[in-house]
Amino acid sequence: MDDPFVGGDSREVEKVIAKFAGDSGDGIQVFGAQFTLSTAIYGNDFAILPEFPAEIRAPAGTTYGVSSFQIQFGGIDILTPGDSPDVLIAFNPAALKINLGNLKPGTLIIINENEFDEINFKKAEWKSILQGEENLDDILAKYKTIKVKMNDMVVEALKDLDISHKDKIRTRNFFALGLISWIFDRPLEPILDFIREKFSKKPILQEANERALKAGYNYGETIEVSYRIKKIKIKKYSFEPGRYRYISGNEAFALGIAALKEKISIPIVFSSYPITPASEILHYLAEMRNFGIIALQMEDEIAAVNSAIGASFAGALGITATSGPGLSLKSEGINLAVMTELPLIVIDNQRSGPSTGMPTKTEQTDLLFAMYGRHGESPLIVIAPISSGDCFKAIFDAARLAIKYMTPVIILADQYLATGAEPWKIPNLDEIAKIDGKYWTDTKNFLPYTRDENTLARPWVKVGTPGLEHRIGGLEKSNIYGKVSYDPQNHDFMVKIRAEKIRRAQNDIEDLEVYGPPDAELLVLGWGSTFGHLREAVITSIEKGYPVAHAHLRYINPLPKNISEVLKKFKRILVAELNLGQLLLLIRGMFTVDAVGLNKVTGTPFRIVDIKYAIERELINLDKEGKLSKHIKVETGKEEKGGELKYAVN
Amino acid sequence: MLSTEVKGEGSPQQVLKYTPKDFDSGETVRWCPGCGDFAILNAVRQAFAQMGIPREKFVIVSGIGCSSRFPYYMNVYGFHGIHGRAPAIATGIKVANPDLSVWVVTGDGDGLAIGGNHLMHAIRRNIGIKILLFDNRIYGLTKGQYSPTSVIGQETKSSPYGVIERPADPVLLALSQKATFIARAIDYDIKRLSQIIIEAGKHQGTALVHIYQDCPTFNDKAFEDFAGKEVMSEKTIEVKHGKPLIFGKNLDKGIVVKDGKPHIVKLGENGITEKDITVYDETDFYLNFIIANMHYPAFPEPIGIIRRVREPTFEELLYMQIEDVKKRKGVGNLEKLIYKNSWEVKGGDNSKKI
Repeated sequence: MDDPFVGGDSREVEKVIAKFAGDSGDGIQVFGAQFTLSTAIYGNDFAILPEFPAEIRAPAGTTYGVSSFQIQFGGIDILTPGDSPDVLIAFNPAALKINLGNLKPGTLIIINENEFDEINFKKAEWKSILQGEENLDDILAKYKTIKVKMNDMVVEALKDLDISHKDKIRTRNFFALGLISWIFDRPLEPILDFIREKFSKKPILQEANERALKAGYNYGETIEVSYRIKKIKIKKYSFEPGRYRYISGNEAFALGIAALKEKISIPIVFSSYPITPASEILHYLAEMRNFGIIALQMEDEIAAVNSAIGASFAGALGITATSGPGLSLKSEGINLAVMTELPLIVIDNQRSGPSTGMPTKTEQTDLLFAMYGRHGESPLIVIAPISSGDCFKAIFDAARLAIKYMTPVIILADQYLATGAEPWKIPNLDEIAKIDGKYWTDTKNFLPYTRDENTLARPWVKVGTPGLEHRIGGLEKSNIYGKVSYDPQNHDFMVKIRAEKIRRAQNDIEDLEVYGPPDAELLVLGWGSTFGHLREAVITSIEKGYPVAHAHLRYINPLPKNISEVLKKFKRILVAELNLGQLLLLIRGMFTVDAVGLNKVTGTPFRIVDIKYAIERELINLDKEGKLSKHIKVETGKEEKGGELKYAVN
Repeated sequence: MLSTEVKGEGSPQQVLKYTPKDFDSGETVRWCPGCGDFAILNAVRQAFAQMGIPREKFVIVSGIGCSSRFPYYMNVYGFHGIHGRAPAIATGIKVANPDLSVWVVTGDGDGLAIGGNHLMHAIRRNIGIKILLFDNRIYGLTKGQYSPTSVIGQETKSSPYGVIERPADPVLLALSQKATFIARAIDYDIKRLSQIIIEAGKHQGTALVHIYQDCPTFNDKAFEDFAGKEVMSEKTIEVKHGKPLIFGKNLDKGIVVKDGKPHIVKLGENGITEKDITVYDETDFYLNFIIANMHYPAFPEPIGIIRRVREPTFEELLYMQIEDVKKRKGVGNLEKLIYKNSWEVKGGDNSKKI
């Protein structure tokens, strides 16, 4: 984006990336959520990336205590929160310091000048400034900077209000929100509604925050003159007609489970144990007692999955949610559900590992663990939702498949989907198909391991049904009869039939679709949460005329029926994922195709530039190897400012 | 607190004519000859036949170990789970359908070592499951290693020079979590054992039954000193609510609890009469604790129902809270919840989201 902020008349731009960064105790996430809501109501498409420290109250002013919120919004289809921001609000030196490495020249930076003092430079350990090697103005010279004494401004605006100085200072977020709302021409009404609701019992704080918000907005007029800053008009996005809301992956999971309860003929038992970044699902569901939702907090991850399995044995649908460390603990239980062939849904919000790793950072490193992280041959269904809103649908898909095939289903989401959010077109609840939890009721012909001839699923009995008393468990069972069996042929047969059962779920999943020109020669293949990033990078590459396409896996197991056919059409497959090549390993192992990896494990989503660069590089390689049907001119090597381009091609 | 009527266990009491045979699954029982588990199996079949609960309402959940094969031998719903996790599995079953009579069969290794955490939390929650803990002070299925209840000095394959760990006490563990039902029994004492199982089955809330069980293969006659036929009446004391703590073949000995400690007294000596003997109160936590602390050989080993109180169960509170929140906040409206903070986009443009 070229300088839309300065000079001349206000102008219209397609999209903007804004980032708000400050101390984790400063309410940055509330700030971001409010700005997002007014952006949604204004009519832009958007995607957000909240980032927060793992510490609950990290020491104020430090770099590791910085909480931030990035939003990309605009009048075009927004697929990601974007790479480098066009606008940064830094509430303290630490917030500025950690973002400098990722800023383009000309970025509009707004700082709260009151906080840029020696004490805070010390807290931020900003040695070069403290030792006088450089000063703030030099550092900021290549950006457009607006310094605002936000503390002074709000104290002045609230001078006649009988509240403490501290409470006055606290309103500065709303001052900043007012200012940014002016710059981007956002409506204040949604924020005013929020303030009124939040402070409904404290009218004086309501008054204070309202005034701060309006003071910030009015201050915009001042900077228009003094900094020659212009209001930015952003085109409205043409959403498909319908009702929308803004939704995070965790909200989508919880709402999906609540909606599932209305659509399914059997009870649901959600049983979980607190873990970042999946606890929110438990919080949302625990609050929904008045929906009749049973949400249990068990003593550990192991008890959570086993109680869910117990519920499924009894005839309910057991669901549990966790993250990597919890999945490790649950693997024994999941195996029990594989062996007893009971429905079970396990949500895994992947986070950076190994071990405790970086609990608030994202990664796609549990793929092989979800596939193979259990002893024995233990196949199950793995679904990888591709956006925050898609987590809602993933619950329905998982429930349908778990019951139809009598199998555990792992939903592989991640921290980015779980806590990130997007506008989501609310589905018409009446149009969602009902799910029939069919129990076996025929007492004459019941044997616990008879199999449906199409799905190979065994019968599910509701415990308490007279005449169907039976025993199952973790020991190998004879097919049909379900008796404990150590027979070698039977075991071989059962191992194969459990695998074949999962493969047959291919009949219920959608084909792999390819996005791109018919003559594309390089395929970018991804899975799960990277959908938006890969699609955006491929779209821009196609616009440059490159023969590239994108396909995205929503099912890892089973893979779509047509995958082999799709992959074979391309000269090379670039498998892009936030790990060291886990899907790549599967693709190379299963198909004889030329596949290479684009891998990054920084705890953050891909940057669009990383992907574009890898696409260009692979096209150059293909060209050099004489594999392209026609020679193309690829311009590459131009690192965009701030681009880290730390990537590895396997 | 329990103003709302919630579902109890089993269906309404009805006349059900069962015999122990009705609970035999027909599977060949594969414990070692002479194993105490046979006696317990008989006691459970006898008890289930008398409880007035329809057979299909019974579920037995187990973990791993010799005792955990139990579900296969009972003609009821059964789930042979994984090591130590039976209380968690049973919790899920009970929550999903509080109408069921849910039983856990576990052992000293399964229940107190690998599954100690789940046992403790099941008891703490007072979830309506009945836990039969078969204690033979040894690992049988893995062929003879020491267990959490093995005694100091016990020589086993994994403690060839004697156990140096202090043994766990499942009754005290249950008491520490304010268990609402705790009993102890001896395997071959089938009549009293089945009576205790019936009482456990009637109890609303978690019931723990600690059963001394002989392992003739790896820890033969471990309880013989106090549980042997010849000595049982002298070396054990059956506690009964409202009855004086009297024991002995000739009912000539008693326990007097004084200054927070139990004392053995002899009736007729030093002018002691039945009136001086402490009357047992199964609801008195302090008395329960003092009696539970008595062990052979310093004291007769207490058997019988050590503690029984009625407190709200987890499933009662859960379903009551659901009704209560429905009343307070109104029955949840999914559309309203999903539509919160939503906005309408009017038609007129054809561009589509990818």
